[in-house]
Amino acid sequence: MSAHMNLTLKVWRQKNDKTKGQFVTIEAKGIADDMSFLEMLDIVNDDLTRKGEDPIYFDHDCREGICGMCSLVINGRPHGPKQGTTTCQLHMRSFHDGQTIVIEPWRAAAFPVLKDLAVDRTAFDRIQQAGGYVNVNTGGVPDANTIAIPKRIADEAFESATCIGCGACVAACKNASAMLFVSAKVSQFALLPQGQTERYERAQAMVDQMDEEGFGNCTNTGACEAECPVGIKLTNIARLNREYLTAKVFREEDIHG
Amino acid sequence: MSKSKPVLNSSLGKKLIMSLTGLFLCTFLVVHLIGNLQLFKDDAGYAFNNYAYLMTHFAPIKVVSYLLYASVIVHAIYAIILTSNNKAARPIGYAASAGGANSKWNSRNMGILGTVLLVFIATHMANFWWKYHNDQVPYIEYRTDLSTGVTTSTEIQAGDFHDFTKVTENGVEILKARDLYKQVDYAFDNVFLVAFYVIAMAALAFHLIHGFRSAFQTVGFDHKKYVPIIQFLGVWIFGVLIPVGFALMPLYFFFCK
Repeated sequence: MSAHMNLTLKVWRQKNDKTKGQFVTIEAKGIADDMSFLEMLDIVNDDLTRKGEDPIYFDHDCREGICGMCSLVINGRPHGPKQGTTTCQLHMRSFHDGQTIVIEPWRAAAFPVLKDLAVDRTAFDRIQQAGGYVNVNTGGVPDANTIAIPKRIADEAFESATCIGCGACVAACKNASAMLFVSAKVSQFALLPQGQTERYERAQAMVDQMDEEGFGNCTNTGACEAECPVGIKLTNIARLNREYLTAKVFREEDIHG
Repeated sequence: MSKSKPVLNSSLGKKLIMSLTGLFLCTFLVVHLIGNLQLFKDDAGYAFNNYAYLMTHFAPIKVVSYLLYASVIVHAIYAIILTSNNKAARPIGYAASAGGANSKWNSRNMGILGTVLLVFIATHMANFWWKYHNDQVPYIEYRTDLSTGVTTSTEIQAGDFHDFTKVTENGVEILKARDLYKQVDYAFDNVFLVAFYVIAMAALAFHLIHGFRSAFQTVGFDHKKYVPIIQFLGVWIFGVLIPVGFALMPLYFFFCK
């Protein structure tokens, strides 16, 4: 048996990226506590649609915490009050009957609001395109595990590679800095043999693109790590600093090239 | 991947400047505290006034002191540049904020703490540095009987003072000096100044508890074994010992002198 609750939502409504938005208060009635947060919004949207109103626009896709599409700052916390979960994995039992929930989009100059709660996160794509790849030779498929990689290095790289690119780090950061995202993407390659070819160019190109997009500067508050739904660690940011400064100060190709 | 932009134009480069100037200022604090411990000697300022002369007239120290003034200014200017970038990175803030849920207060308010410290530095230099350099402090003469080692001191008038001199006549060492010790004593009769110094030292503590550790993260220093040592130094030496040591000086003169 699940309990039902009535909630007051204060939702950011914005027609498009050209117009100004504002908060709209919407009542959500008869919400079951085993619904996910997004299912709750689905119910609210059904209601709005039936009334002939514009449903609340929000990003979502897999709804199982792996795609990185869902977002939402809920009562001031990206992906809501629980740690290590995305909004789609957040359940209404984390709230109580009669509660007021403030729902806002990711706030960053680099993430302009498209409509309501959905923001344009293509800035992340452009950072990836700037250097978040490896070159491979064409030809026959190489045997698996031909390059020996120590397990702890493989594990560390895998930890970094779990970043789903949702942007919660930017949303959580008081400076709207994208350092946690960029550092995870740089780390997953910097740690592995396959990533060595472009290692130092990558760090420079991705940092340049990050700055270009207008993200803020990291002040090491640790809010990103605390809010990251997949547990990307601050050690990645130290690694990015190291990779970038090494590239700039000590690498042959930059000193003599 | 194209040629990357110069390191100091990047977000990471600007932060590197914050980090290095900040750490340089930290090393200064250690020297400043150790030197000023001579204020606690009950010798009518003999040791301290000698020390003050050395610190203002010894060429290598003068070079370092100009580097120090430059560091304070550069640290403050880059803080303003970085902060304005950070504000621009989030033009629309959150209606609901939950800063305390994912980060420490001092890590989010380094600018406020730093502003307190900048005002403090200006006050501090106006009180002592400016007065010492512009002959606005009293003068003192110490006579030390070299056979018994007993020192007596008398205040002397500006007309009797020409320069810092140390001569020995008939087994008596006569030292004439600017009496910065007395100036310290005067200044810390003022309860508001004492209170301000103590508050500023509290700001210093919180600034350094975040800043010292953060500076190492920014240069990419992240080592399983050594980072806990950095953290320990940041909290207990720079966050507790040094600010408390400094705060005891005005309190000592206010209550004990």
